[in-house]
Amino acid sequence: MHATSTLLTPATSRQPRSYRWRVVDIVIASVIGVASGLIFVVWNQAYNPLSGLLTPLLPGLQALLGGGWLFAGVLGGLIIRKPGAAIYTELLAAVVSTLVGGTAWGATILVSGLVQGLGAELVFALFIYANYRVYVALLAGAGAGLALAVNDLLLWYPGSAAPFIAVYTVSAIVSGIVVAGLLSWLAMRGLARTGALSRFAAGRSSRTRV
Amino acid sequence: MTPAAAGSVSGASVVARGWGWRHAGRRRWAVDGLDLRIEPGERVLLLGASGAGKSTLLHALAGVLGGEEEGEQRGHLLVNGAEPTAERGQAGLLLQDPDSQVILARVGDDVAFGCENLGVPRDEIWRRVTDALRMVGLNLPLGHPTSALSGGQKQRLALAGVLAMRPGLLLLDEPTANLDPEGVLEVRESVARVLENSEATFIVIEHRVAVWQSLVNRVIVLDAAGGVLADGHPDDVLTSQGERLAAAGVWVPGRGSGLVAAGRRTSSGTTPLLRTPGLAIARTKAEIIARDLELDVLAGTALALTGPNGAGKSTLALTLAGLLKPAGGAVLASPEFADGADPEPIRWRSRQLLSRIGTVFQDPEHQFVAATVRAELAVGPRALKRPEAAVTARVDEVLQRLRLDHLAEANPFTLSGGEKRRLSVGTVLATQPQLLVLDEPTFGQDLRTWREIVVLLDELLREGTAVVAVSHDADFVAAVFDREFRLAGRTGAAAPLITSGVVPR
Amino acid sequence: MSLIAPPRGDRAIFRINPVAKLASALLLAGVLILTIDWVSAAVALACEFVLVFWAGLSLKSFVLRTLPVWIAAPTAGLTTLLYGQPAGAVYWAFGLVNVTEGSLELAIATTLRILAIGLPSVVLFVTVDPTDLADGLAQVVKLPARFVLGGLAGLRLVGLFLGDWRALELARRARGIADGGAGRRLLSQAFALLVLSIRRGSKLATAMEARGFGAPVQRTWARESTFRGREVALIGIGLAVALLAVGVSVALGSWNFVLT
Ligand SMILES: Nc1ncnc2c1ncn2[C@@H]1O[C@H](COP(=O)(O)OP(=O)(O)OP(=O)(O)O)[C@@H](O)[C@H]1O
Ligand SMILES: Nc1ncnc2c1ncn2[C@@H]1O[C@H](COP(=O)(O)OP(=O)(O)OP(=O)(O)O)[C@@H](O)[C@H]1O
Ligand SMILES: [Mg+2]
Ligand SMILES: [Mg+2]
Repeated sequence: MHATSTLLTPATSRQPRSYRWRVVDIVIASVIGVASGLIFVVWNQAYNPLSGLLTPLLPGLQALLGGGWLFAGVLGGLIIRKPGAAIYTELLAAVVSTLVGGTAWGATILVSGLVQGLGAELVFALFIYANYRVYVALLAGAGAGLALAVNDLLLWYPGSAAPFIAVYTVSAIVSGIVVAGLLSWLAMRGLARTGALSRFAAGRSSRTRV
Repeated sequence: MTPAAAGSVSGASVVARGWGWRHAGRRRWAVDGLDLRIEPGERVLLLGASGAGKSTLLHALAGVLGGEEEGEQRGHLLVNGAEPTAERGQAGLLLQDPDSQVILARVGDDVAFGCENLGVPRDEIWRRVTDALRMVGLNLPLGHPTSALSGGQKQRLALAGVLAMRPGLLLLDEPTANLDPEGVLEVRESVARVLENSEATFIVIEHRVAVWQSLVNRVIVLDAAGGVLADGHPDDVLTSQGERLAAAGVWVPGRGSGLVAAGRRTSSGTTPLLRTPGLAIARTKAEIIARDLELDVLAGTALALTGPNGAGKSTLALTLAGLLKPAGGAVLASPEFADGADPEPIRWRSRQLLSRIGTVFQDPEHQFVAATVRAELAVGPRALKRPEAAVTARVDEVLQRLRLDHLAEANPFTLSGGEKRRLSVGTVLATQPQLLVLDEPTFGQDLRTWREIVVLLDELLREGTAVVAVSHDADFVAAVFDREFRLAGRTGAAAPLITSGVVPR
Repeated sequence: MSLIAPPRGDRAIFRINPVAKLASALLLAGVLILTIDWVSAAVALACEFVLVFWAGLSLKSFVLRTLPVWIAAPTAGLTTLLYGQPAGAVYWAFGLVNVTEGSLELAIATTLRILAIGLPSVVLFVTVDPTDLADGLAQVVKLPARFVLGGLAGLRLVGLFLGDWRALELARRARGIADGGAGRRLLSQAFALLVLSIRRGSKLATAMEARGFGAPVQRTWARESTFRGREVALIGIGLAVALLAVGVSVALGSWNFVLT
């Protein structure tokens, strides 16, 4: 009866993207941030014994574990797709992990969260918040990894020898690419498949009308 | 001064001109070709079949449907002559799902939230908060944690939050969802009190007309195919067009359910499936909700679990279904029913449970695991390793009978309230277990679906399936059930009252 | 901080604006992080113990909450001991391991520094109610209300995780998909939980908008977040501890700026 209602318009038709955060963007970014923060708490507990295993192999290798604290920003950026999303989720995750778990790194975690979020954010910004393919996710992970290395080496391992610095930096970037980049991208795709992201561009890129 | 701060509010007008909305990802327009004019201060009951677009319209009026990213609009919809998104705050909307409406951690803060957003001065906010809490009968300290509220209390809290905003347009979407009959009356009374002292325009959605009939002066029935099916004074519309409305799925008072008596089931009802010697139920180890519950579930008979909010009906149902561990006593399956499995259903494996007991949860969303309606229905039969052809046939049948076929490829979470409920009922029907445990299966259903569920259950009962259902719906209990088990709640006598007896159909 | 029920007490520390707690913890950390020497860390730590005692946290909850710090500090110290920049006398060398006079000193400093930074943060944060923190961040620090309240709402949703987790467990069992390996089940249920909370979040956002959230009106606050003498005093204490630590360290000539 409504002739137009059966017309299929491509679901991917590009509307001019708005950079303003909607309320739902804020709430979902918060949910992702807080949930990630809880994972951080678990990861904080696992870090000590695991790094105890890795460090003797090659000092600096413990940065391979860093990805466990980097995925929040990348995941947030991939899902929300608005400026500041990576920083916001990573920072919130950091806040929650300190508030809930209490960590050895104390209030400085906030600084780490900010810096790591910035690492991912810069990559998304580089692609003017319009490209969210897998390689961008990997790059964002790498950016976060680099940020982690810089931050940690300055704050926690000052006065380290050069080999340590090199190993630490490379490990952090590798970890960022694999854990923060690839895993976040897979998680984003999985979430989109469930339809949970139907209110987000991330959840609509490949859907037909039903 | 904003109207909201002035205390007494003038009502808002609503105008729709050829208005329609299509949700992102949907082919059909949820609402279409709507022409409507509601004057300030009118009190409207909005009716229509499940999925007709009632909730969509209310969301639009409150300005919360979202922008282009969430769907497309055509025609015009104006509140007080302006786009509803610009007038947000004019309208106070109570959503269909009370569980998702608790926003903050303390009762007082949650009620104050709307006022804060509207820029109401601080002293005025707290006056309104206490007023609103009193009006809805929620006598709790302002600092009470919102995480410790029962379903009925949450509903009242959400209502208080909306009332405190003193909106010019009060929009309630099935406000008595999940309430026991006394709760329904209480909420109705509190809304009546509010309306007495207010000029606000009022629109309420409810399938059961009787509750609100005395409070409204206009009934609008949405047509699922677009536009309006009927519009006018309640008495006129319901008497002159009763026939047509009933056919469209509206509960018209005094017309009954229109079920043709199919003759009594000769419920032989002798083969016991479950017994519960000395059963005690609990959610947490710390707190036993009820004890010494003795009941038996017989093949081919229907047992209703009734009682006030928070009495433990859902807990009992889940315990009978082999999902919650009894806090005392036991749930024992007869050897025929267990069919080689352990006598206690709680020890059954997930797949063993599937072919024996099917459970519909009170909150359907907890149960959904798939990305489309069709896949959702196929989960059970697939887990039972049924042949693919049989799975498809069964799924198609269920889709059709529950009138979900046009939504087969939709995501379960995007369905309307009633559609979700139907789908969750469908998931258990798909596996054809010997015992169905249903938690409020008819809530939020229009008359047509209600009838279909009653007929379906009747058929299953005749085939020897046993049914246990939690329900506040007296018509439903009368239509289907052989026995009723009433949980008195914790304020009443220690032992629950058992009223058993065959309810004539 | 507990997501579900924040601890309450009658000591002043429970009533101090969380923003002040955050600020003083950050201040202390910000100063201590600049140097790596055992003197400044030890001085700060000594002062902190007095303050922790004053905060009125029970010994049990103090130990429980700060346990991660007590584990992490010596671990990090050990790393530094083994792999830190070598200087002075060599005590033991094996492969990359190089325990020297310098690395020993660095290790002690690292351990004390982590304790000095970590302990006060934990103690100050345990007593924070998220609602009050949000009030403070929005009213005192003037962060955008939309983000602060959105974050708070998200936080509350996660407080429902436990109940949702249990409900999901039952529901998945009922749907016939709960058999199979524990690991896989756990993972898929965790994913389901994330999905559910994102759904909840989407709906919650609608509910917030339905109550006028994000309306183009200047928002008011039902509860004033105050920043008065008490709060200034706490920040003052943080500053005093930091200055004392720096002063003693500089006076004793052990100040060791990180970037040099
Ligand atoms: N977020 C959404 N995304 C896609 N489709 C939706 C969404 N919300 C609702 N729909 C669809 O729009 C139609 C109208 O839904 P709506 O919730 O307005 O119905 P309703 O009249 O309130 O029904 P009920 O009485 O069952 O609550 C339904 O077919 C529903 O599946
Ligand atoms: N997940 C839960 N965890 C802990 N306690 C719960 C949980 N769900 C319900 N309760 C408590 O257990 C009691 C019984 O709840 P139950 O859901 O069985 O009541 P009900 O009779 O089904 O009520 P309603 O009619 O509102 O659905 C209530 O007091 C409730 O507060
Ligand atoms: Mg609806
Ligand atoms: Mg119940």
